[in-house]
Amino acid sequence: MSVLAVQGLQKSFGGVQAVAGVSFAVEAGELLAMIGPNGAGKTTCFNMLMGQLRPDAGSVAFEGSDITGLAPRQVWRLGVGRTFQITATFASMTVSENVQMALLSHHRKLASFWAPATSLYADEAAALLQQVGMVDQRQRACGVLAYGDLKRVELAVALANQPRLLLMDEPTAGMAPRERVALMELTAKLTRDRGIAVLFTEHDMDVVFAQADRIIVLNRGRLIAQGTPAEVRADKGVQDVYLGSGSTFGGH
Amino acid sequence: MDFLLVQFLNGLASASSLFLVASGLSIIFGVSRIVNFAHGSFYMLGAYVAWTLTRGLDWVAFGHLGFWGGILIAAVVVGLLGVIVEILLLRRIYQAPELFQLLATFGVVLIVQDATLWIWGAQDLLGPRAPGMRGAIDIMGQRFPQYEMLLIVIGPAVLGLLWLLFHRTRWGTLVRAATLDREMVAALGVDQKLLFTSIFFLGSFLAALGGGLQLPREPVQLNMDLAIIADAFVVVVVGGMGSVGGAYLAALLIAELQAFMLFVPDFALFGVTVSISKMTLIPSFLVMAVVLVVRPYGLLGRPPSHARIAGAVEPVVRATPAELKWLGYAALALLVVLPFFVGDYGLIVATEILIMVLVAASLHFMMGPGGMASFGHAAYFGLGAYGAALMTKHLMAPMAVGLAAGPLLAGLFGILFGWFCVRLSGVYLAMLTLAFAQIVWSIAFQWVAMTGGDNGLLGIWPDSWATGKDVYYYLTLALCVAGVLVLRRMIYAPFGYALRAGRDSPLRAEAIGIDVVRVQWAAFTVAAVFAGLAGALFVYFKGSVFPTYASIPKSVDALMMVLMGGVQTITGPLIGAVVYMGLHEQLVRLTELWRLVLGASIIALVLAFPQGIAGFVVRLWLKGKAEDL
Repeated sequence: MSVLAVQGLQKSFGGVQAVAGVSFAVEAGELLAMIGPNGAGKTTCFNMLMGQLRPDAGSVAFEGSDITGLAPRQVWRLGVGRTFQITATFASMTVSENVQMALLSHHRKLASFWAPATSLYADEAAALLQQVGMVDQRQRACGVLAYGDLKRVELAVALANQPRLLLMDEPTAGMAPRERVALMELTAKLTRDRGIAVLFTEHDMDVVFAQADRIIVLNRGRLIAQGTPAEVRADKGVQDVYLGSGSTFGGH
Repeated sequence: MDFLLVQFLNGLASASSLFLVASGLSIIFGVSRIVNFAHGSFYMLGAYVAWTLTRGLDWVAFGHLGFWGGILIAAVVVGLLGVIVEILLLRRIYQAPELFQLLATFGVVLIVQDATLWIWGAQDLLGPRAPGMRGAIDIMGQRFPQYEMLLIVIGPAVLGLLWLLFHRTRWGTLVRAATLDREMVAALGVDQKLLFTSIFFLGSFLAALGGGLQLPREPVQLNMDLAIIADAFVVVVVGGMGSVGGAYLAALLIAELQAFMLFVPDFALFGVTVSISKMTLIPSFLVMAVVLVVRPYGLLGRPPSHARIAGAVEPVVRATPAELKWLGYAALALLVVLPFFVGDYGLIVATEILIMVLVAASLHFMMGPGGMASFGHAAYFGLGAYGAALMTKHLMAPMAVGLAAGPLLAGLFGILFGWFCVRLSGVYLAMLTLAFAQIVWSIAFQWVAMTGGDNGLLGIWPDSWATGKDVYYYLTLALCVAGVLVLRRMIYAPFGYALRAGRDSPLRAEAIGIDVVRVQWAAFTVAAVFAGLAGALFVYFKGSVFPTYASIPKSVDALMMVLMGGVQTITGPLIGAVVYMGLHEQLVRLTELWRLVLGASIIALVLAFPQGIAGFVVRLWLKGKAEDL
C-alpha cells in the first residue's frame, strides 16, 4: 500500500483548469519530486493534498484511508507534516517554542490553562532542533532568523508529530544555491532514516536530480511524465516543456 | 395597505439620510483604511453649523437661498475641518497600527463634543423647516411630508453623482484604484497625500450634508455623534467597506426593516412582556450579524488586498523579568496597606481603578495574544453588571450569588456572540463586536420592564458584611488581582500559546493541528467572563446599574486603557488602566471641559507613544541590553 495515493485530482478556478486529472503515488521512504514550469498546478495540487483546497473531483488517500476534503489540522493529526513555500512560523515565539507548539499539539496538551508552556517538551524540541542544526539558536525569536534558518525550523516543526509523510512546497525557495543542496541533503537523510515518504516541489533542478528517487512532471495541470531522474531527463516531452518555456536545467 | 406604503416611504427617507453619512465613512475607510470615529462628530457639526447659518442667512431674509445655501456652506466648512484634522493629525499616523488611528479619531470626538457644548450650549436646538416644503402630499389618502419626499430623491441622486465622480473622472479612478491597492497606486507615482486629503474632504462633506439635512426632521442635540456613528458603522460593514453602492443597499435594508418593525406585536417571554416594536435598535445589528456570517466582507464588499508592508512583528513574550516581578509585589503590598493611609474617597477611587484594571486585562487577553480587537467589550462588563443586579433586584439573592451570576451571564453571551465574531478578523471582527455591544445596550435601554430602561436599577448594595468601604475594597482587590493573575497564567500556558499561534500564523497553526477558530472562541468567552466579573463588582460598588455600562464610550474606555498601556506587553494594559482612570478622575474634578483635555491628551499620547506606554518603556529598557528582540 502506498503512503500517499492520488487518483484523478481536479481543480478549476473560474475558467482555468489548474489541475486536470492528476494521479500518482508515493511509497514509504521515497523522495518524490514534483516539477513543472510556473503555472503547472504544483501548488494547487499541494493545497488539495493538505486540505487547504477542496478538489472538484478525484481522491487523496493516506495509508489507504480517504482524506479528501479533510481540514489541514485533521490531515496533520493522521501523520502528515508540511512545510510552506513562504515560511510560516510563529514570529512572537522563540525557535524552541515553535517546535514545542507542534509537540504540545501532537500530545494534545493545548487545552491546558495552567502549566507554563515554555517548560513543556523543551528537551524533545531541543532534540529535534539538534537534528536540523538549529539547537544553538533555540532561544532566539523566530521573527529575526535568516530565511535559510527558518526553513530548517520548519523542517523540525514538520517532524514533530512523527509523520509518515512529509509534504514540502518548494522547500528551498528563496535560499542561496549552496544552502539549497544542504537543506535537501539534510531532509533526505532525516527522512530516509525514519522511512518517511516525502513529496516535494522544486524549481532548482540541481536539487531535484541530486536528491529525488523519482520525479513526476506537471504541465498545464496534467501529468506529462514520471520516472527516475535519468528517465525524466531523457524524456522528449519534458525537454520541450522546459526548453520551450525558457527555463534551463541546472546551472546558476 | 396605504399605511404600509407610507411606512415604506418613511423607510426610504431614513435610508437616504443614513446613506449620506455612511457613504462618506465608507469612502474614507476604503482609501485610508482608517476607521473614523470622528465621522459622527462631523455629522453633528454639520447639523450645528447649518443651524447657525440657516438662521443667520434667513435673518437677512434670503428664503430658499438661506436654507439650502446654509446647509451647503455648512457641509463645505465641515469638509474643510475634516481636511485640517487629516493634515494635522491623521497624516502623521498612517503608519501606526490601525487601532491607534481609531484612538486618535476618538480623541477628536471628545474634543468636538466639548467644543460643541461650549459654542452651542446643552439645550436641543430646533431647526427651521425647509422653505416651500412645509406641507404634505396626499398618497392614497395618507398624508406624507413633502420634505421626506425630497430626502427619498436625494439619496439615489447623491449615489448617482458619486458613481459619476468615481467612474468618469481621473480623480475618481485614482480613488477606486487606491481602494483596491494603495501601495500599487503609490508605486505608480500618484501623490498619496493629496488623494487622502481630498478623500477626507469628500467624506466629511457628505457627513455634514447628512447632518444638515436632518435639521427639519429632528432637533439638533449633543448626542447625535455617537448615535449616528454606530448606525453608520453597521451600514458600512453590511454594505462592504469601501463600497458606496453597498452602503446604499445596506442603508435601504436597515431603514426599511426599522420602519416595518413597528408592526411586530408584543409577546410574552418567561412571563415578561417583550415589545419588539419598541426595540428599534436591535434589527439593524441582527442584520449585520447575519450578513457578516454569510458574507464576511459585506453585501458588495471584497476581501481587503494584502498589505505588502508587513505590520510590526509582535515581540517575543519572555518570562517576567525579576525587576518587574518585584515591582509587582511592591505594588501589591502598597495596595494592601492603602486603606490605612487614605480616606473613603481615596478608597472609592482605588476600588474603581482596580475594577477597570480587570476590564483592561480581560480585553487585552483577546486583543493581545488573541489578536481580536473588540470595540464592544463594555457589553460583557454591562452583562456582568446586569446579571448581578437582576439577581439581587428580582430574586433578592445575596451578593455572592450576584457575583457569580454576572460572569456567568457575560460568559454565556460571550459564547453566543463569540461564535459569530471569531469567524471574522480585523476591522470586521471589531465592528461585529461593536454591533453586539449595541444590541446589549439597546436591550438594557429599551426593555424597561426588566432593566428599568434609562433609569437603571437602583439600590443594589453589597451584603451587610461588605458595606464598609474598606471591606469592599479588599474584596475587589482580592478578586481583581486573582482575575489578572489567572489571565496572565493562561497567557503563559499552552492555551495562551495556541492563541498566539493562531494570531501569528493561522496557516501554520492549522497545519500543526490547532483549531484556531475554537481556540479564539474559547478566548473570547474567557475575556467575556472576566469582564463580567468586573461588571458585577462594579454594580455592588456603585449600588446601581445603567445602560451606559454597556455603551460605546465605555467600550472605548477599555480600548483606550489597553492601547495606552501597550497591547504588546502583558503588564502594559494594567498600567494603561491606572493612567487612564487617574487622568479621567482628575480631569473630571478639575475642569468642566474634561472631554476636551482628555481628547487632546489621547491625541498627544498617540503621537508620542505609538507603541503604548509600556512598549515605550520596554524599548528604553532594551536599549541598554544587547539582546536581540
